[in-house]
Amino acid sequence: MPRLVSHPDEVKIVTRRFGMGAADIERYIELGGYASAKRCLQQGADWIINEMKASNLRGRGGAGFPAGMKWSFVPKQSAKPKYVLVNGDESEPGTCKDHLIFLHDPHAVIEGTIIAGLAIGAKVGFIYLRGEYRYLLEIMEKAVADAYARGFLGKNIFGSDTEFQVITQTGAGAYEVGEESALMESLEGKRGVPRIKPPFPAVVGLYGGPTVINNAETIATVPHVIEMGAAAYAAVGSERNGGTRLFGISGHVERPGVYELPMGYNLKKMIYEVAGGIRGGRKLKAVVPGGSSTPVLLPEEIDIGMDFDQVGKAGSMLGSGGVVVIDDQTCIVEFALRTISFYQHESCGWCIPCREGTDWIKKSLTRFHAGFGEAKDIDNIQYLAENMMGRTFCPLGDAAAMPTLGFVKKFRKEFEDHLNGKPCPFAKHVDLAVV
Amino acid sequence: MTLFSPRLAARLDALVEKYPLRRSALVPMLLYAQDEIGYISDAVVAEVAQRIGITELDVRNVATYYSMLRFKPAGKYNVQVCTNISCMLRGGYEIYERFKEELGIGHKGVTPDGLFSLEEVECIGVCCWAPAIQVNYDFHDELKPDLVPGIIDGYRGKAVAEAPHA
Repeated sequence: MPRLVSHPDEVKIVTRRFGMGAADIERYIELGGYASAKRCLQQGADWIINEMKASNLRGRGGAGFPAGMKWSFVPKQSAKPKYVLVNGDESEPGTCKDHLIFLHDPHAVIEGTIIAGLAIGAKVGFIYLRGEYRYLLEIMEKAVADAYARGFLGKNIFGSDTEFQVITQTGAGAYEVGEESALMESLEGKRGVPRIKPPFPAVVGLYGGPTVINNAETIATVPHVIEMGAAAYAAVGSERNGGTRLFGISGHVERPGVYELPMGYNLKKMIYEVAGGIRGGRKLKAVVPGGSSTPVLLPEEIDIGMDFDQVGKAGSMLGSGGVVVIDDQTCIVEFALRTISFYQHESCGWCIPCREGTDWIKKSLTRFHAGFGEAKDIDNIQYLAENMMGRTFCPLGDAAAMPTLGFVKKFRKEFEDHLNGKPCPFAKHVDLAVV
Repeated sequence: MTLFSPRLAARLDALVEKYPLRRSALVPMLLYAQDEIGYISDAVVAEVAQRIGITELDVRNVATYYSMLRFKPAGKYNVQVCTNISCMLRGGYEIYERFKEELGIGHKGVTPDGLFSLEEVECIGVCCWAPAIQVNYDFHDELKPDLVPGIIDGYRGKAVAEAPHA
């Protein structure tokens, strides 16, 4: 069972009910649950969207698009049914926050889905969980059944004449399905390949209807925004970055865990104080700040606030909030190889630059790490990654290229140290069989 | 006629009615069928195609996309070891090596008694409690190589407890 952690600097908004038995609907109601949905039902769509815009809540999946803005793009009138789609396909390496949300506060996800539905005028919401999260799907399914039994979902939610249905769905193993259009394909019973955009989901989405798709953390945050009020929520975070974020700190720290900290919280402090510093008194070598697709930061680059804009300015991305901390005993070439191996495995093969690029970079890095690299390989890896950037239907190509470029550019010396048959200075997992 | 137990058959009957479009049941149906049958056999493909109302080719086309779906039997307990970055940094490969040693099988191998299979898998969403594995759908986190034999013994015991008495 995932262990909960705590730190005095945390501002517990989304995690407020964690560890309090809120998966039980009675307990959830006791703790203030479903009051926000009821309030939204009275206030109406425009009010909800204005609150969401004012809250500065930005998409927690990785792109950081303002949620209120996204909702406002959905046309008011539509011949086809509109849908809310909750992305719980959490698969970005380094990211496990939604895991805790589904485990500890499933009703917050349902309540957020209802509110999103009210905002855009949808009658149906889907909650999609990755296939590996079976026990969490069972928790969600029970929560949905309980919400129906209480009349919070169904033809007449909370005794009103408004209808809202929630349908849960399981994936079956595919990182790519976390991309919004691929998720829709998967939900329609197809291979999870991305769709060309435009049209964007807000206009043509699931089953061809206007669709709002949000990350599970974003959706679970919505009831809290309504409860606190948009202004109070926005005030917690930094400029244009409202509220808190569930930062998952993993890797070589003393106290890994998911911590809820205000947007803009200092990364250095997060690693050295909140997570207790580098494990075993070692030195910091590098930090991947927002899940495996975000470019690596050097120790001298981490004195920054963790919000979408500040991390962007530092040359990386806040991404999914998965902070992966790497100590000085780690081989960066191996880390880069493990990262690209993941993207090579997960590339859906639809776009050639991604399919071929990930494969060639993996092959080159494998050979390189095993001590059979040549000087030109370093430039070649960089060339391959640069030629993937921006040349694919979906961001998976970029997600593979960006970290690769970061490793090669910032740790070029370590790559060079692997040259000329020299064994990896950290030689651990060199598998010659695959060369 | 159905391949599935009455309970699963009833569940799948309900599943196709759950969505605005029948076909949306395809991916979950394949996974639930695999949970019971052990893998996506030709017979599973045929019955799923018939239940959804699409061709067998179409079912195969979709099924081959998803990494959790397999086309030959796994062990009763499928051990999936994550070696992705967060797990790797905290000893995921050491856990994987220990499982290989203890079970005497490699990636996608099955033990001769059919009890265990082993897979090196991508991130399973347990990064902050690394290194972690999943045995079927059960997570085991914050592992150390020395905990591996105990985990294996636990599942061996479970298999014995679940076996029909002679």
